[in-house]
Amino acid sequence: MRLVKNTAGRYVPVEINGLKSEPFQGVGAYKPKGRKAAPKISSCIDFPEDGNKIVPDLKTALIKAGIRDGVTISTHHHFRNGDYVANQIFDIAAELGIKNLRWFPSAAFECHSPNIKHLDSGVIHHIEGSLNGSLGEYCSQGRMRGLGVLRSHGGRYQAIQDGEVHIDIAVIAAPTADPFGNANGVNGPSACGGLGFALADSQYADKVIVVTDNLVPFPCVPWQIQGNYVDYVVVMDKIGDPSKIVSGTTEITRSPDRLYIAELVARFIKESGIMKNGFSFQAGAGGTALAFAVELAKLMKKENVKARFIRGGSTKFLVDMLKEGLTDYILDGQTFDLEGVKSMRENPNHVHTSPFTSYNFHGKGNFASIVDVVVLGATEVDLNFNANVVTHSDGRMLHGIGGWQNCLFSKCTILAIPSFRDRIPVIVDEVTTLVGPGELIDVVVTERGIAINPIREDLKDAVKNSNLPIKSIEELHHEVIKICGKPQKPILGDKVVAAIKWVDGTIIDSVKQVLKAQWGIKLPGAE
Amino acid sequence: MINIAEAGRKGIDVRSDCYVYIELKKSGGLKIDIESRVDVLYGKSIRRIVKSGCEFFGIKNAFVKVEDSGALPFVIMARLEAAVKRLGKGGRKEFLPEMLDCAKYPTKRERFRRSRLYLPGNEPKYMLNAGIHKPDGIILDLEDSVNPSEKDAARILVRNALRQVDFYGCERMVRINQIPNGLDDLNYIIPHNVHVVLIPKCERGEQIKLVNNQIAKILKRKKSVVYLMPIIESALGIINAYEIASAAENVVALTIGLEDYTADIGTQRTLDGKESFFARSMIVNAAKAAGIQAIDTVFSDVSDMDGLRYSVLEAKSLGFEGKGCIHPRQIPVIHEAFAPDETEIEKAIRIVKAYKEAESKGLSVVAVGNKMIDPPVVKRAIRTIELAISTGKLEKKWMEQ
Repeated sequence: MRLVKNTAGRYVPVEINGLKSEPFQGVGAYKPKGRKAAPKISSCIDFPEDGNKIVPDLKTALIKAGIRDGVTISTHHHFRNGDYVANQIFDIAAELGIKNLRWFPSAAFECHSPNIKHLDSGVIHHIEGSLNGSLGEYCSQGRMRGLGVLRSHGGRYQAIQDGEVHIDIAVIAAPTADPFGNANGVNGPSACGGLGFALADSQYADKVIVVTDNLVPFPCVPWQIQGNYVDYVVVMDKIGDPSKIVSGTTEITRSPDRLYIAELVARFIKESGIMKNGFSFQAGAGGTALAFAVELAKLMKKENVKARFIRGGSTKFLVDMLKEGLTDYILDGQTFDLEGVKSMRENPNHVHTSPFTSYNFHGKGNFASIVDVVVLGATEVDLNFNANVVTHSDGRMLHGIGGWQNCLFSKCTILAIPSFRDRIPVIVDEVTTLVGPGELIDVVVTERGIAINPIREDLKDAVKNSNLPIKSIEELHHEVIKICGKPQKPILGDKVVAAIKWVDGTIIDSVKQVLKAQWGIKLPGAE
Repeated sequence: MINIAEAGRKGIDVRSDCYVYIELKKSGGLKIDIESRVDVLYGKSIRRIVKSGCEFFGIKNAFVKVEDSGALPFVIMARLEAAVKRLGKGGRKEFLPEMLDCAKYPTKRERFRRSRLYLPGNEPKYMLNAGIHKPDGIILDLEDSVNPSEKDAARILVRNALRQVDFYGCERMVRINQIPNGLDDLNYIIPHNVHVVLIPKCERGEQIKLVNNQIAKILKRKKSVVYLMPIIESALGIINAYEIASAAENVVALTIGLEDYTADIGTQRTLDGKESFFARSMIVNAAKAAGIQAIDTVFSDVSDMDGLRYSVLEAKSLGFEGKGCIHPRQIPVIHEAFAPDETEIEKAIRIVKAYKEAESKGLSVVAVGNKMIDPPVVKRAIRTIELAISTGKLEKKWMEQ
């Protein structure tokens, strides 16, 4: 595989799974030209006049949709670790003897690890999408036939619109749908909130299958997914496990260190003057991010400050802020708990958004850069403020990008992270994998102090009279190395196992194969 | 002869610790097998430590297995030493990590002891970040939080922690085991800059003397002071509170353990604490009579912050100056509740200003308005101002305002 050095100094492949690819050229430097991709023209006269698109089962739908060797099948991850649908698709494909599929999920979770057998047998050629848990480990070990391609939520939309990824069949699991294919995620026993991650799939795929366990008569409102894009509707008993759809990441951390980090973040936002009437912020679903929102709410109440909008990942904590009048709106891309789902269903100020509105590189603007402050995590940050969310310091791929890259365009990007985890330094001299360029990362908040990117003189000035523990990133790094010891350089294989895309579709970095299986983790099918 | 021993912990939930297994052999040299979650980053360094440890203790033929869950070097060293000692090897040799500069700072007799955070002495994961939460004191506990079968390992770990962990200026405390067993604990902590030794279940002044004799023996002629904080946990201890508080110069504070005390007097702890009112007042009175600090018991419901705040305010009203805690999130609540309120601060400012003025004029009598102020009141006012500054309620340069 031929690698070239991109402008960030990282070696990246010039070709991915047989397709020519552009190396990263710098933030804002690359703009694809030409016209957007489009699905085939369809005509309403080819569809039942009574609007009933129901077919008996998923297998029938897939056959009718033209499943065959080498096609691309997409799924969404609004069901997180409780999804029952994606695995069925590939079981059916295996049964039909189909090979070399490209799976294009918006993200895959641990519940999808049974697909390792289909990767081993060649039913699935490779996965393009965030790889979490066992699938990440599988790819890290170099066992996947094709190259993994990791994109942000916005980058996924961009890739579809560029025509870089053409979806042959989109399978959209929907908590409620009507026979016409209108669908939403706010109603039904498997309610998950929005369905924004499936929006591009519905609009650009050749064939669209909606799968539901809660069929309602036409019209299904709200129609987050419009039936006019949908070819077939399948009804099954259970499309997911509700207890896993909306849980897991929504517990506030009990770790005193992380609570302290959350408190520091909230104080930074207040002291720097970002927290003022009409401001906006985004907080994710990790334990620290949730705790941050709670701390910020306390400060907002105390200072009588109200936000114009909050970007979620909504949870009950954000919903409480909406109810208490601490914000006018929640703009919600994915809902993390039942309170969030209920609020989206009932409160018109809890608004459903998609990667198109929030993150898309080919939109005429997007929400991400309007947000005043965003609080994110990372597995590593280096002395140039470059950050990594995909691999751990041992080179192992364990997380997806999600909306992380897209959020970096906020007016102030804060990474709230411990300075080390179980002896593994998080503040490092150089990131193992470059996922976010340092020029977009403004502040790093750890339990041992806050480092402000030197390019943000304004933020430095804003907090210079506060009693916040401001340090340089070098000081933080020095402290961490003093505690953990200087790590040896991980020895990785030569084989590239995955490519990391930047939001514009260029390759910002590549992930190398790890040489030793992670101790303590046993993969299905591994010896 | 024992030829197999193990120490430390392993498993999916274990963090920052490691497990060491040693099997002595008759021949064949040293075989070291290391499995570590941080192998890619620190595998070589772990192997080096284990190898040099075996050499240090003269173990030449053995199979050594380490299962590491991200333990720092001082923890690996402690676990290895514990396993070696369990084999009956190594004699009195100690496999000591370097005494780091960050472990060398001193303490002061008169410092605040508002919050003291208990950390289980055999649990490395809590030790590393305890100091960032800025309690006034951190207690590495060798007593109740350590399983009897792990006492030997905990002592070694606590010793190593005292040499390597940065507690960021917190007072470095260790709670030893009950006397007489606790006397042996002192060998592991006294040479390593422990600031305060907590003596549990203290009942007589004589026990303070036993501790001090042992400390003197360990320190030989070295001129360092180790302070003592006896914990009184029985009816007899309460009756002898003053004798204990005044038993030696280096007793800096007196505190109370209510779980054992209430059991001893045959009752149970209640929310309003009527059953312990007498004992707690005795502690305050004995401490003040001896000129030392009175420190209240531990508040152990970590989820009840309002209860904690109330409990601290109540303790403060009885005359206590500190409270024990077991979770870092309790610390700010404790400091906040011990902080003086606006009126207290204003009054203290008036008194201290009057005192400074009198001092600059060479007057021996201090007066605010037409009221004479006695030296203990001035002292208390200075303390109030220090407290106010430390909790951010008063600017450092308050005199200039």
